[in-house]
Amino acid sequence: MNRDRLLKGFLFGYLALVFVFIFAPILFSIIFSFNSDRFPTIPLGGFTLKWYETIWQDPDVWEAARTSLMVSISVAITATCLGFATAYTDYRYQFKLKPLYLALILLPPTIPLIIMALAMLAWFAKIGLSGQVVSIIIAHTVLTAPFAMAIIRLRLSQMDASLEAAAWNLGADQWRALRLVIIPFCKPAIISSFCLTAAVSFDEFAIAWFISGLNKTIPVVVLEIVTGNIDPQVNAIGSFVFLTSMTLVIIAQVVLMTKEKKEKDHHG
Amino acid sequence: MAHWPVFKYAMRLPIVIWQGLFFIAPLIFMVAMSFFVVRNYRMTEDFVMKNWLKMMSRDYFWDSYALTFGLATLSTIVVMTVAFPAAYTLAFRVSDSTRRWAVFLLIIPFFTSYLVRIFSWYVILAESGVINAMLSYIGLGPYVMLNTKFGTIVGYMTLTLPLVIILQTFSLANIDRSLIEAAHNLGCKPWRTIYRVILPLARTGLIIAAVFCFILSFGDFVSPYYLGGSKPPTLPILIIDTVKSGQQWPRAAVVAVVMMVTLFAVAFAGIASAYRRRGS
Repeated sequence: MNRDRLLKGFLFGYLALVFVFIFAPILFSIIFSFNSDRFPTIPLGGFTLKWYETIWQDPDVWEAARTSLMVSISVAITATCLGFATAYTDYRYQFKLKPLYLALILLPPTIPLIIMALAMLAWFAKIGLSGQVVSIIIAHTVLTAPFAMAIIRLRLSQMDASLEAAAWNLGADQWRALRLVIIPFCKPAIISSFCLTAAVSFDEFAIAWFISGLNKTIPVVVLEIVTGNIDPQVNAIGSFVFLTSMTLVIIAQVVLMTKEKKEKDHHG
Repeated sequence: MAHWPVFKYAMRLPIVIWQGLFFIAPLIFMVAMSFFVVRNYRMTEDFVMKNWLKMMSRDYFWDSYALTFGLATLSTIVVMTVAFPAAYTLAFRVSDSTRRWAVFLLIIPFFTSYLVRIFSWYVILAESGVINAMLSYIGLGPYVMLNTKFGTIVGYMTLTLPLVIILQTFSLANIDRSLIEAAHNLGCKPWRTIYRVILPLARTGLIIAAVFCFILSFGDFVSPYYLGGSKPPTLPILIIDTVKSGQQWPRAAVVAVVMMVTLFAVAFAGIASAYRRRGS
């Protein structure tokens, strides 16, 4: 039918436009990072690496990169551990206050970051933790633990429930069963949760900006540069951050998918 | 087989303690803080209504509130409308593997710096920016797009569109196909099918997508600040200004509490209508 083909063509054209809108700022940011004009427009200026040289030589950027790296690794470890314990609890136990328990964990991402930032700023000042790297780690863990929990919970729901019981019957106590049965089964989800929580923490700027004090992370440095003026350094930093985050996301995705594929092949 | 209670609580309690100390406590403290006083640039714990009365009686607060609410509503309508044909295509017109790839592509923006993307839009939308340069080739423009509501909405869309398309696609893809085919076979026109069959069946998911879109737009300070010109400021910008320049944390807390109450009301209304039985 001609009309249906017309409609289909229209829908696919529309979808392409939406993707252009979504990816335009990312692509342009990468292109601008190699462009010599201070204020990039069309036609593009010459090719340059000077923005990368500027950030490479900037001790503040290095300092921020070190802080960011430390924060995101610590966040990934804490959030994944907390997320694992929570996912296991949800998988294994039924109890009366469970909806409340789950709400407590899953709510943080629905609260606007600016409100969390203000609340954390005031609370950390109150308990004497203001302006420290550890407060950024704590805040980001609150924010990312739900993602860790969701990823690991999905994996647990693919597990045969009798597997753990079999380990118990064979004489393993709960800790041993956890270590020898549950954790190995969840390993791909644990790795992928580790990567994703690190990536989220690596990008978060609102809370980090409020509570970091002098210990700036990379996004906080970006925020400060952007507030000042037009400076294509931002594009160079952005491209670098993009590369880091994407590497983490792709590792997470590949680890999960290859494992699932292998299991599917195994079961026939 | 000895099941130790120690094990059970070792798994269950850490998150309760952690979120209690670092999620619930800060929020409760923030509510309490809205009643504190600031004397000589120092905040003292107290219980006075001063901050509330002060903020509630200021016109700039209500202007800011109306603007933020209006922008977030507009953003929700625009994003939901723009996303729908895309989600419809992904849900009904492509193969499973194409859909998986599309969703994977839509996840990518979450892991690129939102700030850098907004900065990129700033350069693209500027008066001598990419879009105006392209338009000038065909003799149009330049158009002012920065520091307008249009700029703010572009920013909000950058933040929310990928998530909304994903949520819409999932809720549409979960519809029982045979119901749509039945409508089709009974001679229902495509538009009528969308309106009478698809939308009602996907209602819960669509409302959840809209609520998320509203929450994200309502709480974002980057777009209205960098692309919208922040005149007048939205509520999140008001919080930042009050904290960063004035040391007036209690007044910022008032704004934050008002925002939270608004969002709870919107989320509650959304969820209530999502799960309401359809009265016929």
